[in-house]
Amino acid sequence: MKGWNDFEIGAVLFPFKHQGQEALASHNNERDYTQESSFNSSVAHWRVDKPVHNSEVCINCFNCWVYCPDGAILARDEKLRGVDYVHCKGCGVCVDVCPTNPKSLLMFSDHEDNQTALKNWPKKEEKKRD
Amino acid sequence: MPNVMELQEVEVWDGNMAASHALRQAQIDVVAAYPITPSTPIVQNYGSFVSNGYIDGEFVLVESEHAAMSGCVGAAAAGGRVATATSSQGFALMIEVLYQASGMRLPIVLNLVNRALASPLNIHGDHSDMYLGRDAGWINLNTCNPQEAYDFNLMAFRIAEDMAVRIPTIVNQDGFLCSHTAQNVRPLSDEVAYNFIGDYQSKNPLLDFDKPATYGAQAEEDWHFEHKAQLHNTLMHSDIAIQKVFDEFFDLTARRYNIVETYDTKDAEVVIFALGTTVESARVAAKNVRELGIKAGVVTIRVFRPFPYVKLGEILKDFKAVAIMDKSLPAGAMGALFNEVAASLYQVQDSKHPVLSNYIYGLGERDLTQVDLVKIYQELDANAKAAKLTHPTQQFIGLRGPKLSFC
Repeated sequence: MKGWNDFEIGAVLFPFKHQGQEALASHNNERDYTQESSFNSSVAHWRVDKPVHNSEVCINCFNCWVYCPDGAILARDEKLRGVDYVHCKGCGVCVDVCPTNPKSLLMFSDHEDNQTALKNWPKKEEKKRD
Repeated sequence: MPNVMELQEVEVWDGNMAASHALRQAQIDVVAAYPITPSTPIVQNYGSFVSNGYIDGEFVLVESEHAAMSGCVGAAAAGGRVATATSSQGFALMIEVLYQASGMRLPIVLNLVNRALASPLNIHGDHSDMYLGRDAGWINLNTCNPQEAYDFNLMAFRIAEDMAVRIPTIVNQDGFLCSHTAQNVRPLSDEVAYNFIGDYQSKNPLLDFDKPATYGAQAEEDWHFEHKAQLHNTLMHSDIAIQKVFDEFFDLTARRYNIVETYDTKDAEVVIFALGTTVESARVAAKNVRELGIKAGVVTIRVFRPFPYVKLGEILKDFKAVAIMDKSLPAGAMGALFNEVAASLYQVQDSKHPVLSNYIYGLGERDLTQVDLVKIYQELDANAKAAKLTHPTQQFIGLRGPKLSFC
């Protein structure tokens, strides 16, 4: 462990081992994070429920990606590719903002298998008429 | 480039104007300020300097002192030279952010024009706000008059921005007694002043996109203690850098400042220890009571944080009696300054342990007169002759009603 005189002054942390501008060009799981970066800390144990992504229903609108407070929605090649479960705290904001019918992100119990969750996906809801 | 202001060899400035000109000459990148009496003219003058093209930096008007210091923290973390000014309640509102600034080691310069704290409301000077900020991890410098308010502002940037220090710095001046009292001030030319301060050197600026940095992250018990210890260690040793700046300023201006300053103490037996404008009044009283046969002297410190325990203890240890003057309400204790001076005397070897007494005075700018000071010297002299306290340890000067004495 570092002693008090080993830390950078001002409690400053440097997230990347290499140039930050270069890091921007690559996806977050490919970046060279330092050990002290929060990227290296899992918050999975904060979660009770987890969001499961259903690519069959998803329209790739990126609402969930924009609203996720932790950047835990994975996007690759202009398509949503699920959830980064190391950094997802299970807040459910992604599910709330998902506009599709049925929703393409739904909360399931954290111990439930994703395949089982996808099999039990709800059907399209009928529009309510007055 | 900003316009250069032609200054006279001697200008008639009050403490606020002196501070404003020092800030102007430092060519600050960002000043974020919310005006409050009696420090208002500092940023008011600064604003007119900006409007008239004398400053090539940003002047940010915010909605509170909390926001002012927050703006300063942001701008300093971004990598700029930053300063502001405040007093009293405004300083109290800044307190939360003061800890952010020192924890992030951002070399911000804050002019604190000392004023009483409410309630009851009082716009006049005492040292309550200075003591409120004493544990916030800032360097605290003390001045007595407008010339010093100017000089210490120039030096504050040097001290705070020293790469071995990087700690935000407060320049204290007494509300009204210094801030609104016009006196002769000998300024440096814009060029000489700026060259003394030097170009700003940033450290881990947020605007360096090639080296992204996170400031103020959560630390908890894992390493919060270590960071605080690191700040304390640097602060305790910053006196070396401070003295170096004092020395360089002396070489430039022939104006000598020391961390601990003495007046007529060579053969003195009784001494008044005070901060701010009271020091000058005490010097007058010391001179006068010497005609009464009392060997009187005055001691003050230019640096309240880091508190110069060793230097002060070494100087005070041989006197017979010392009065420690607190211009703030101790609220259930001995005066803050009294406690620290007493602690200093316990640190030094072979201290003869002078008789110490604590005078609470000048709250809300109640006058401290020459009559009061002479009376204090006479009480000290009685202590010295009896080699013990001849009156209560803590007394209130100039308070109406029955005498208030403790211990």
